[in-house]
Amino acid sequence: MNDRFSLSRVFAMLGKEFIQMRRDRLTLAMLVGIPLMQLILFGYAINMVPRHLATVVSISDPGPFSDSIVAALKNSSFFDIVKATNSPAVAHRMLDEGTASFAVTIPPNFSRDLVRGAKPDLLVEADATDPAAGAYAIGAIPTLVSSALRNDLKGPLAARAYPAAPVNVVVHQLYNPENITRYNIVPGLLGMILTMTMVMVTSIALTRERERGTYENLLAMPMRPTEIMIGKITPNIFIGAFQSALILTVARFVFHVPMIGSLSLLAAAGMIYIAALLAVGYTFSTVAQNQMQAMQMTFFFFLPSIMLSGFIFPFRGMPEWAQWIGEVLPITHFLRVVRGILLKGNGFIEIWPDTWPMILFLFVVGAIAVLRFRRTLD
Amino acid sequence: MNDHSNAIDVRGLTKRFGKKTAVNGIDIAVPEGQVWGFLGPNGSGKTTTIRMLCGLLHADAGEGTCLGYNFRTQVEQIKRQTGYMTQKFSFWEDLSIRENLDFVARVYGLPDRRRLVDETLEKLGLEQRQSQLAGELSGGWKQRLALAACTLHSPKLLLLDEPTAGVDPKARRDFWDEIHTLSGEHGITVLVSTHYMDEAERCDRIVYISVGNIVARGTVPDIIAHSGLITFTVEGEDARQLAPKLRGHPGVVFIAFFGAMLHVSGYDRALLEQALAPYRNDPNLTIRETAPSLEDVFIQLQENNGGART
Repeated sequence: MNDRFSLSRVFAMLGKEFIQMRRDRLTLAMLVGIPLMQLILFGYAINMVPRHLATVVSISDPGPFSDSIVAALKNSSFFDIVKATNSPAVAHRMLDEGTASFAVTIPPNFSRDLVRGAKPDLLVEADATDPAAGAYAIGAIPTLVSSALRNDLKGPLAARAYPAAPVNVVVHQLYNPENITRYNIVPGLLGMILTMTMVMVTSIALTRERERGTYENLLAMPMRPTEIMIGKITPNIFIGAFQSALILTVARFVFHVPMIGSLSLLAAAGMIYIAALLAVGYTFSTVAQNQMQAMQMTFFFFLPSIMLSGFIFPFRGMPEWAQWIGEVLPITHFLRVVRGILLKGNGFIEIWPDTWPMILFLFVVGAIAVLRFRRTLD
Repeated sequence: MNDHSNAIDVRGLTKRFGKKTAVNGIDIAVPEGQVWGFLGPNGSGKTTTIRMLCGLLHADAGEGTCLGYNFRTQVEQIKRQTGYMTQKFSFWEDLSIRENLDFVARVYGLPDRRRLVDETLEKLGLEQRQSQLAGELSGGWKQRLALAACTLHSPKLLLLDEPTAGVDPKARRDFWDEIHTLSGEHGITVLVSTHYMDEAERCDRIVYISVGNIVARGTVPDIIAHSGLITFTVEGEDARQLAPKLRGHPGVVFIAFFGAMLHVSGYDRALLEQALAPYRNDPNLTIRETAPSLEDVFIQLQENNGGART
């Protein structure tokens, strides 16, 4: 009886898979192209904290105070002052036309009221057609203004400096004080890209053999299911590792994402995550009758993964049932692990609460994959 | 282990797909070293039977052996010594000819792999094209490659599922010469399904299956003799015009065209004579009784058994 597990048959299978992968140029290109495209899109094009918003200032009371405010707005990089005018009507027209997203109006007698301590109004009008676009900029204004004026209110006027902004809203952004979206997005992309490519590539593993009729041949030969599975999955582990390295390299050197924690700890957690995804893909591949179905199943898994994991919407902002679904998905935990390690410098103890759910997921789904694998064509 | 007189020896082989019974309790016993033809209309259960024999489908009922191994429980041992050639080309089209052979050799753990693959390529006459992708080969070459690949491990039993479908006559002839060489010189037992009469005639025995049941078996002369069929040929320029007139006549069971010739068959000579009598004197027609051909018999079997066509 030499029909026990055979390493040489695994290598036969591996050899075949690597050759086939090498010949499948389109898929290979996609596996490199998808991470790069996503990185560029999310890293550059999509910026959830828009800056350099066109702003018009309408100054009815020129003087050193208004100069300071305009300078502060400019320096914040949230606002690009496209026009300074003394007519509120001009400012409004620019808002109407969309040539400015913000209008900042300094009213008459602004300086006088300020010196008197009468807390003059500073009117900020924002084009709210895209509410998200200006939210951060608006949030920044009170602080910008009061700190700008503080420099001017010196000597006898020093007493005005603090009451000028009696309620100071403290926005304290931990880990990402400047609210740079890509610090959050780029590590998240690691989880998302792996989910998409790993599940997709693995889900067609058996399906493609079945569709091309070669599955029957494979089964007619003395191959064991585990040998086929290892042969099918191993090349994808390499792909996953390669993609991770690519994404992290770009994150580090192009987007300057801080990497405080241990990269080897991240690699270990990444391996668990990749294995969990391969188990999902392989399960799909035992079920799907053709590659189209495999793709549909991949997207069935992919959509909740990006929607409910905290990648797109803040996790704690979702309804409880959605959070429960999110907690089951490996990507939810992996995102916390990646952000924890990269941005907070978390160690093993801190990431363990998000590591064991991925291991549990891996074993449950892996067991389903092995049980679903049929050695016959029934 | 059983005595090895029968390479395949199964009884009551049954397979159901849902409510449909694809194979309905058939018995097949193929002596070692013989070449058996497996015939029947499309959807009659040939492929299902072959797949059960090599462990690709789980039989719902039946017992017996393949190569002396229990075909239900010792599937792995059977697989090691059986070559199975699928109906559709099932080697990897994105692997080269050599890589396909090499993969098969590795999976079976064959010793001296490189030499074996070299020899096989040489025998096939594909040395020059060994790095060409299998998918680029023509139908005839694909079939030769498939046969070479599924006999690479020197199997004792060869199961061939319509191996010559869509292959030109010369390639079919060469293929059958190879089958006879394998069986004659190496004592390999072959079960081959086919729709071609000339191929059926090259088999030692024939099994005819219809809607999951074996309805005829034996040598070609046996099957013809047992059919009870009486056949008249009608030759001549206007022979074809006769078919609609004869159809439906009592005693005329079926009419088949053979080129310009008409085969009129039935079971009752007197009734057939009666049907043909009005045309006996037509100078353009020659009518005479002949031995029914294998094809006549198969058409009869198919019509009698309402063979499923898919």
